[in-house]
Amino acid sequence: MTFRSIALAAVGLSVLAGPAMAQNYPTRPVTMVVPFAAGGPTDTVARLIAQSMSQTLGQQVVVENVGGAGGTLGAGRVAKAEPDGYTVLLHHIGQATSATLYRKLPYKTLEDFQTVGLVTDVPMTIVARKDFPAKDMKELVEYVKANKDKVTLANAGVGSASHLCGMLFQDAIKTQLTTVPYKGTGPAMNDLVGSQVDLMCDQTTNTTGQIKGNAIKAYAVTTKDRLASLGDLPTVAEAGLAGMTVGVWHGVYAPKGTPAPVVEKLSGALQTALADQTVIARFAELGTTPEPKERATPAAHDQHLRAEIARWKPIIEAAGTFAD
Amino acid sequence: MDVLGNLAMGMGVALTPLNLGLCLIGALVGTMIGVLPGLGPIATIAMLLPLTFSLDATGALIMLAGIYYGAQYGGSTTAILVNMPGETSSVVTTLDGHQMARQGRAGAALGIAALGSFFAGCVATLAVAILGPILASVAKEFGAPEYFALMVLGLVGATVLASGSIVKAVAMIILGLLLGAVGSDIETGTPRMTFDIPQLADGINFTVLAIGLFGVAEIIRNLENPEERGVLGAKIRGLLPTWQDIKTSAAPVLRGTFLGSVLGILPGNGAVLAPYASYTLEKKIAREPQRFGRGAVEGVAGPEAANNAGAQTSFIPLLTLGIPPNPVMALMVGAMTIQGIIPGPQVMDTNPQLFWGMIASMWLGNAMLVVINLPMIGLWVRLLMVPYRLLYPAILLFCCIGVFTVNNSYVDVLGVAFFGLVGYGLTKFGFEPAPLMLAFVLGPLMEENLRRSLLISRGDPMVFLNRPISLGLLLVAAALLLLVVMPSVKKRRKEAFQE
Repeated sequence: MTFRSIALAAVGLSVLAGPAMAQNYPTRPVTMVVPFAAGGPTDTVARLIAQSMSQTLGQQVVVENVGGAGGTLGAGRVAKAEPDGYTVLLHHIGQATSATLYRKLPYKTLEDFQTVGLVTDVPMTIVARKDFPAKDMKELVEYVKANKDKVTLANAGVGSASHLCGMLFQDAIKTQLTTVPYKGTGPAMNDLVGSQVDLMCDQTTNTTGQIKGNAIKAYAVTTKDRLASLGDLPTVAEAGLAGMTVGVWHGVYAPKGTPAPVVEKLSGALQTALADQTVIARFAELGTTPEPKERATPAAHDQHLRAEIARWKPIIEAAGTFAD
Repeated sequence: MDVLGNLAMGMGVALTPLNLGLCLIGALVGTMIGVLPGLGPIATIAMLLPLTFSLDATGALIMLAGIYYGAQYGGSTTAILVNMPGETSSVVTTLDGHQMARQGRAGAALGIAALGSFFAGCVATLAVAILGPILASVAKEFGAPEYFALMVLGLVGATVLASGSIVKAVAMIILGLLLGAVGSDIETGTPRMTFDIPQLADGINFTVLAIGLFGVAEIIRNLENPEERGVLGAKIRGLLPTWQDIKTSAAPVLRGTFLGSVLGILPGNGAVLAPYASYTLEKKIAREPQRFGRGAVEGVAGPEAANNAGAQTSFIPLLTLGIPPNPVMALMVGAMTIQGIIPGPQVMDTNPQLFWGMIASMWLGNAMLVVINLPMIGLWVRLLMVPYRLLYPAILLFCCIGVFTVNNSYVDVLGVAFFGLVGYGLTKFGFEPAPLMLAFVLGPLMEENLRRSLLISRGDPMVFLNRPISLGLLLVAAALLLLVVMPSVKKRRKEAFQE
């Protein structure tokens, strides 16, 4: 038998087996690819929902970290995986921004993935070193505009949430600052705490502890409403920067072509996970809330993904920073 | 602050049967994965993270910390026995440790490594308890210019790692810097020397390079002479270090402990420099520096102590500032957040049980590691009696598994094979891989901090000289460079005069 005939036979078998497999799905562990390192904020979100989804699906959902190239390596692996529901992706806002940030992406974001549902929207905070002169958001904007040659804005590297939020901030106040990139949030936060840089915009997962410990100063949260965990902090809209409402939203994806019943089952398990009391409690400690049931659906997720790609495209192109 | 009272409370937390058991499990698992080449603490902690969900936060962190320092112990075992450094920290140990093993003194090398590490661990734990909070605030003064100057100093020191020609060492340093430059540019994201291979976008993985250049190259070299059984060229002489070994090692261990403790505190992963710095120091002040690289016991004792001290004190930035100085600590942060503890400077006040419990468990863990490791030495040494034709396929297999788990990528496994061939070629021409590895680790850090300093100072290079710490470090580097270059310049002059 030649290689081609084996391949053809295999394709034929898998087509025949398709519908039957979808009904019994899942019969073996499901791999949830997280395109970032273990222990990071995205990994934490993934592990929390994977644990609950395992109970609903009756099969273990195993988190596999495939880090690298701003999340595009892991996403690329899922895009090329067998569309049988046994390989899924948990990605954040980077799934939408990488479509513009990477001009040579090895997959097509809208064509190669099947959306399963939105998971959570982690708020961001605009923070500064402890001894930064501005008292509130209004003073911050004035100060930054007057000293734009001196003020430094840290981020965790090209394509990171802090990089995106920083771009949005500069876009909102129509002022270009000196951005200082770091390899990850840890070293960036270290230099902010040590007063080596002035400003940063990062997820509450990374900043809440430092804000509460008075190691850094916070000006606003990027959510529509104030947060329970940081009640004193105004929202960006209250502080006069309405266009800056942004969150690090997370979603689950399957490869395109995954049978509809399988997607439905995954989506259902995700919705159950998001209503799980442990998940809600843990999310609250991270300063975030699970998405409501109607947002954890393939259709709502697809709509959000398209809107976000369209929102970020002009901002990234105007900033002129690309990851390749 | 009442350190003793706090430590007593910490002991109370760490000595509960559950936490004691978790500490033991951590130390055991850590030793095991440290011994398996390639499989490092990062991959293991990542795999074990889900297991910690059901534990309480303190217990979970005690176990993960045990894995971390257990792996530092175990990592030196493979470095000594089969010349295979699984971690940045054990590269230096291969230099003299493996030479000792070749001379039949593997037991002595392992024993000195364990005892030196234990001593360093105890001292560093005390340092964490007493000075942690104070030191952390001093370490915050370290900005990009200071890190740059520190890395320059480290790189100048790299020439000392070579036991042969200085010119060849410099060539290896430059090659290491080039390899370190592979990957995305940190500021612009532009890919450099990646040849459109997406797996290279984040640069070459340390484990891939180290296992290839050291481990696989060593295997190929051993297989050249099928008659000789690799490491077992010499007869095994004694399982434990002699009294003479211990006396010779005492001072290097003390110096190594000090260096490692200081460097470990730096939140910018200063601990990577610790073993290199200690080796450089020992070789510089030794009466017969030519013994180094040929099985000098000081070359094992100092760096091993420095390495373990650094591993302990690198908890200071994590526990007191909430900032992870290296990838393993970043995983600890992940474990803490999953447990609902948001890392930050407030942890010490809000979770004193966790803070002091962990510190107390470090000491217990170190004691357990000695108890686990000393009796094991006999077993490890006997492992070398396994015929090499059976041993090497097993080593290769474990390497492949270990490397694959780092990123779940087969490209990394191919990379190991490639660098194995490169490493074999290099040693055939008399080039040593150790300076290359150090340059590979330090190069990206140096570049990053150089560019960051200049970004923040708006292109003014005086920033390196205006800040006292950075100026001081650069001056030491210049002095060290002179020390290295002078003898060879003098020699050449003499030769010129003779002609």
